Amino acid sequence: MMEEVKKARRDWEKRLEETKKKFPERNARFTTWSDLDVPLLCTPDDLEKEGFDYLRDLGLPGEYPYTRGVQRNLYRGKLWTMRQFAGFSSASETNKRFKLLLANGQTGLSTAFDMPTLMGYDADSPRGKGEVGKCGVSVSSLEDMEDLFAGIPLGEVTTSMTINGPAIVVLAMYLAVAEKQGVPKHQVKGTLQNDILKEYIAQKEWLFPIPAAVKLVTDTIEYGTKNYPNWNTVSISGYHIREAGATAVQELAFTLADGLAYVDDCLKRGMKIDDFAPRLSFFFDVHNDFFEEIAKFRAARRIWARLMRERYQAKDPKSWMLRTHAQTAGVSLTAQQPYNNIVRVAVQALAGILGGTNSLHTNSMDETLALPTDESVMIALRTQQIIAEESGVANVVDPLGGSYFVEHLTNRVEREALDYIRKIDEMGGMVKAIENGFPQAEIANSAYHFQRLLETKDKVMVGVNRYQAEEKKRAIDTLYIDRSVEKRQVEKLIALRKKRNDAEFQASIRRVKEAAQAGQNLCEPIIGAVKSYATLQEVCDTLRGVYGIYTESGSF
Amino acid sequence: MSAENSKIRVLIAKPGLDGHDRGAKVIARALRDAGFEVVYTGLHQTPEMVIHAAIEEDVHVVGLSILSGAHNALVPEIVEGIKKAGMDDVLFLVGGIIPDEDFDLLKKAGVQCVFTPGTSLTEVVDYVRQNAPRR
Repeated sequence: MMEEVKKARRDWEKRLEETKKKFPERNARFTTWSDLDVPLLCTPDDLEKEGFDYLRDLGLPGEYPYTRGVQRNLYRGKLWTMRQFAGFSSASETNKRFKLLLANGQTGLSTAFDMPTLMGYDADSPRGKGEVGKCGVSVSSLEDMEDLFAGIPLGEVTTSMTINGPAIVVLAMYLAVAEKQGVPKHQVKGTLQNDILKEYIAQKEWLFPIPAAVKLVTDTIEYGTKNYPNWNTVSISGYHIREAGATAVQELAFTLADGLAYVDDCLKRGMKIDDFAPRLSFFFDVHNDFFEEIAKFRAARRIWARLMRERYQAKDPKSWMLRTHAQTAGVSLTAQQPYNNIVRVAVQALAGILGGTNSLHTNSMDETLALPTDESVMIALRTQQIIAEESGVANVVDPLGGSYFVEHLTNRVEREALDYIRKIDEMGGMVKAIENGFPQAEIANSAYHFQRLLETKDKVMVGVNRYQAEEKKRAIDTLYIDRSVEKRQVEKLIALRKKRNDAEFQASIRRVKEAAQAGQNLCEPIIGAVKSYATLQEVCDTLRGVYGIYTESGSF
Repeated sequence: MSAENSKIRVLIAKPGLDGHDRGAKVIARALRDAGFEVVYTGLHQTPEMVIHAAIEEDVHVVGLSILSGAHNALVPEIVEGIKKAGMDDVLFLVGGIIPDEDFDLLKKAGVQCVFTPGTSLTEVVDYVRQNAPRR
């Protein structure tokens, strides 16, 4: 049978040459968005050459190695979580947006914090001048966190919080709010991004030197594992790596290598793999190239399952499963002809879903201009609902499994990612690789290479380097955050410092400092501090005093 | 042409807390490849740090990259600080996510050109070549 296929293909290729004479190909090379060469056609003999084995490499959905997804009946049982990232201005403004999204059928919350919060500064810090409430919500104290979730029952929603450097402090605030609402610990559900390694690699919102930062991540994994069994302690993120310019392969490889670094640190502390691995979750980008992205999600699950089972001897199938959130690619949105972004997002969302993501954020069309308006956020959410309810793709598990091309591309992405992971292992793991500047340089090279491809029009962005149009000054309305937010936040903070119990506050900060100096797990002392209304920066400054700060050289 | 560019020193700076440095680094490389002498400040710079770097390196061009929305608060302070130090012929450029309605404020503050997403490298390189002061 295979011999017949090979012969038929050889004959077809001869006829193809004739066709090409009549219709010369448009480009010298056909490549994915990440510049991998794409074959015109794949047939069963391609997979045979790659040693593809159905049961070993694909298996069945919900079963090892999970190439076809982590749930047996995938979206028939439960649709992916529709989780729109939101946060701007003050806590009470964001609280209103949360309620709007929940009222319109969104199933999980996702919180964006502003730059000062992400960097561990309070709203009144001179370092945060002009940035308060701009890119996310400003949270300086437990009081802000209480306002953020006012009237939202935390036992009934799942909440994702995108915060890394000061994640342990913000988690402490969230847990304190849940406790005040009387939510039992096992009902507190959600995800803390808490992935500091990708900050040094890509997003660059860091506080402490790398070893101290990894220790804080491990503290939260340890504390969460013991006390909050349904909380995802870390969301190991490729999104920012990709947005900074990485290729799909680099995104996949660096993210999984970050995951391995956290696993190694937890094991070093004496934790057992099957106790914490089931609560590790992931977060990937869904970029423009439809099949490359689908291949990336499928390869991610297969690589992680094998690493967990083979390298770490994990026994619990939950430890093998790579569960992931996905977000459409912010960097693919264009300021030019912004309505086109709705279409880009729909295509990317479809790729994420056919890739088997467990949760999805769809970008709004105006996000390259400003934070999204209520109207544009609603279109983005409706995009997911249209795919879920109208397109029919949620009826079937991994419909592209077995496609010769998709399996070929999955194999290729997997192979190249494993090459990177091997290289990073040889450097002594991801922490060492980052200290050597390895992933940072790889990403900077890819970003520059891609920009060159745009300049030569080898890659086309519609409306940017082809099909440009004269446009009115501003095609759509955007959300504008004025600086009065900053003023109100500062006033609120000054009032808080006056009304809190100073002795309690001082004592709680002292406990944080002593625990940090003694190398103890800091979750409990920090929960104590935020409950006595120590501010985010007061806690972070205490830790900066013990650990020092991180700085990066200005190489490019 | 390259030899002429090499006499022009460009400072690419990331003021504020925003960590989006993809654009700044790509622009820095493109200018370097075009023959300019480029200094990049690295991330998380206060206005004072940028002013100090501009004076220290005696640059002809200052390119500020901001994607966080803090441009109105940070840019005028930096431009003013550098001018106050007696460097009154410096070419000031801003790149990033800048709403149209803020262009006027930045131009009044002394910024000659604002580059928003989708600008080609050639456009930036040509602009610097044509408009950098010759000392």
